[in-house]
Amino acid sequence: MEWEIVIGIETHVQLSTESKIFSGASTDFGAMPNAHACEVDLALPGVLPVLNKDAVEKAIRFGVATQATINQRSIFARKNYFYPDLPKGYQISQMEIPVVEGGTIKFHVAESEKTVNLTRAHLEEDAGKSLHEDFIDMSGIDLNRAGTPLLEIVSEPEMRSSDEAVEYAKTLHSLVRWIGICDGNMQEGNFRCDANVSVRRKGDKTLGTRREIKNLNSFKFLQQAIEYEARWQIEQIEDGLAIVQATVLFDPDSGETRLMRTKEDAHDYRYFPDPDLLPLVIDDDWLKTTRASLPELPKSKARRYQDDLELSGPDVASLVSSLEAATYFEATLNHFDVSGIKPAAKSIANWMNGELTASLNRSQKDFSQCPIAPETLSVLIKRVLDNTLSTKLARLVFEELWSGDSTVDDIILKKGFKQMSDSGEIESFVSQVIEQHPQQVADFKAGKEKALNSLVGQVMKLTKGKANPTQVNEILKSKLS
Amino acid sequence: MFGKTVKELGDALRRKDFSSTELTTAYLERSKTLNKEVNAFITFDEEQTLAQAKLADEILSTDDATALTGIPIAHKDIWCAKDWITTCGSRMLENFRSPYDAHIIKRFKECGAVTLGKTNMDEFAMGSSNETSWFGNVKNPWDLGRVPGGSSGGSAAAVAADMTPASTGTDTGGSIRQPAALCGISGLKPTYGLVSRYGMIAFASSLDQGGPMAKSAEDLAILLEAMVSFDDKDSTSLEKPTVHYSSMINKSVKGLRIGIPKEYFSDEIAPDIQNGVQDALKEYEKLGARLVDINLPTSPLSVAAYYVIAPAEASSNLSRFDGVRYGYRAPNYSDLNDMYAKTRAQGFGAEVKRRILIGTYVLSHGYYDAYYLKAQKVRRLISQDFAHAFKTCDMIMSPTTPSTAFKIGEKVSDPVQMYLSDTFTIAANLAGLPAMSIPCGLDRNQLPIGLQLIGNYFDEAGMIAAAHQYQCATDWHLKKPPLHNV
Repeated sequence: MEWEIVIGIETHVQLSTESKIFSGASTDFGAMPNAHACEVDLALPGVLPVLNKDAVEKAIRFGVATQATINQRSIFARKNYFYPDLPKGYQISQMEIPVVEGGTIKFHVAESEKTVNLTRAHLEEDAGKSLHEDFIDMSGIDLNRAGTPLLEIVSEPEMRSSDEAVEYAKTLHSLVRWIGICDGNMQEGNFRCDANVSVRRKGDKTLGTRREIKNLNSFKFLQQAIEYEARWQIEQIEDGLAIVQATVLFDPDSGETRLMRTKEDAHDYRYFPDPDLLPLVIDDDWLKTTRASLPELPKSKARRYQDDLELSGPDVASLVSSLEAATYFEATLNHFDVSGIKPAAKSIANWMNGELTASLNRSQKDFSQCPIAPETLSVLIKRVLDNTLSTKLARLVFEELWSGDSTVDDIILKKGFKQMSDSGEIESFVSQVIEQHPQQVADFKAGKEKALNSLVGQVMKLTKGKANPTQVNEILKSKLS
Repeated sequence: MFGKTVKELGDALRRKDFSSTELTTAYLERSKTLNKEVNAFITFDEEQTLAQAKLADEILSTDDATALTGIPIAHKDIWCAKDWITTCGSRMLENFRSPYDAHIIKRFKECGAVTLGKTNMDEFAMGSSNETSWFGNVKNPWDLGRVPGGSSGGSAAAVAADMTPASTGTDTGGSIRQPAALCGISGLKPTYGLVSRYGMIAFASSLDQGGPMAKSAEDLAILLEAMVSFDDKDSTSLEKPTVHYSSMINKSVKGLRIGIPKEYFSDEIAPDIQNGVQDALKEYEKLGARLVDINLPTSPLSVAAYYVIAPAEASSNLSRFDGVRYGYRAPNYSDLNDMYAKTRAQGFGAEVKRRILIGTYVLSHGYYDAYYLKAQKVRRLISQDFAHAFKTCDMIMSPTTPSTAFKIGEKVSDPVQMYLSDTFTIAANLAGLPAMSIPCGLDRNQLPIGLQLIGNYFDEAGMIAAAHQYQCATDWHLKKPPLHNV
């Protein structure tokens, strides 16, 4: 029996605003409990919410970036339920008319492009936190997070594997950072996914009963949770049992999902329009200004890099993986003439995806904090392209640049890294090598092409890497023929 | 010093006839004595009150004094006032000391007014008789066996008994106008959005509106000038050019077209009220106004729509009283749900619980469309009725209540009868229109009768002027209850 897994994802994206969505309190993470909870966040008697425009701005940015419909009139509603970390006894959210409707997210899985449609994205406030440690027979309540702005992004149930779900989530994660609406910090819970999972027999038209896995805050957990849940559901059905609609939690230690509540004990949230807030109206000017302020999106950049610069798929994918990387790439590329732009682009991509990424990862920095300026990298690449440096020497220069503030040319001068391109000088080293390695010479002459590589290597060793390997190759060949 | 209006007291203070400290001390003493019988106040805080009076006296010695500087004002205990116990008439907030000022409290402070105390009210403003207060019912100064009306019953009784020169109230379905009528004073509910709701403990957010209660229309103008101001902490607050209500009170009513809605003059109204209101209308005709018959056909539905919308909003607004962060918490409980259940069962009174239940029901899945959405449709029709009526008239007049003050206990067991005492006042809240009540007679039991004025949006100045003209021509607003002579 072939099974099909059906996945829809709801993502809570914390919007990176200075203050909360309905109060003036700070959204900074990590303060003393309740230090960032003002009278509105504490839901004191008589307080009222006032909408933070920046949260709306960020929701619009998301809508524009996903080609969604921005509702120019949307409504805030109250979602009523009791919980100690929900100070008002209701959460202000959007129900009937969300700020963003529709839109798509496109990504690649196993070389083929997949498009997932979005249902909606709506603004809402986050709840606080219950603290169970450090209290005996009691719980503490920290309302610092209460009122933090969230954009809840809901996808259609269009993913068919955990791989697709993870790629969707990664693409979304990269996009919200790209357009500057979320810092994407998953450890701090600023990007959390709920996965709705159901299974059905391949070919079935109707959807199976779904279970919702709550609060997955890493891509790894998302993958593990979906895989476990789908396997579990298939086993249940194969054992003749029915799936009951439910909300479940994923336990990363056991790798299993466990029941939180079934539909029967689900809340009746009694949504109704919040009478304290007027309908959210977004006029044409606001839309226009926001549209104009959006950076070029990754998809469009990727197309340009592929078509105009002839970069490979994997190269492009990593260059557009973050706005910081793409910005660094383009800033470096700007230092090259149009005539030599393609090899330069390839070379920049190689550096960025190789040494630079590795070094940045080691020091936990992103491209916007890179100690080597784009212009410096461009000089380094130019010295390779004009044969001043071999690739090997260039790496040594790179290491010097990373640890110091000297320029490329100073380092070359100081360390005597200049590549040997005087053919007379190289020839004398070549002769020396031929003399010292008769066996390899004989092998080569007998038709063993590989022996030549060994001889080139010997010349490079003798010149401490300064000889131009292409030149060495040519001279060797002509001497041995 | 007693028996004077805010206007007269303000003049006297600036003339240095007496100081604010003298005036305030006198009122504190009188209030405290009378309060044993009337129970109009929940909280006095002499120390804070006298500190404010002292500050006012300093301002009075400069040129910065306003019409309200040094005047003691009683605030309904629904307004959060910094460092004051703010109970909202409930056990739930019996010991809640507010850490912040409501916007209007701040405004009164800026004007140099003195907070005399916090007045009694129906619990969370839910009631029409002041019998739902956790702090005991307020008694009507005209007859201590009768109710003062509600929910701003303490504020109304305090003005009527001259326990304060003036007070503030709030009006969700008639809570300023109905007690003003029953206590024989003047009270005004402004256009929705004119007075900030920030710091007013919410009952039904889309209907709640604060306003002044006083001895005369002129005093209402003075208080309203302090209360009306745009507040960026209230999203429903309206930004409007400043209006000097007190400088506009002399506008004549000549040519004023007064709409008389026949739906508000049914046979169910007590005959004495019919007569009192008819006499008042005749007086207006004498002053040059013209009476126009109008129809408000959907207004009979207003009580039904109100008792869906107001409880719906209240059920949500009152969720924050959960025993977690402040206010009452049940002493013994087994787990979280038990804590919620016991806290709310013990902290709220019967009427509040009744409305939370109604509100929860009408918002529930499967009932929302039939109740909440339908009520909102009725609300729109009621607004349209008024818009239509204001094409042929400038102001609407009617009785404020169908009966004068009823006996304590008379209606407590019949909530529907109780709800009907707001039958003429609710429509203005549903439409968001400004409305007021002024005294226009006494019935056979020497109980005050109220005349209701409903104005078009933002026509507070016109209404106050019309009321002032009437008060210049008649003396009903000067009648004192027997208790006044204490």
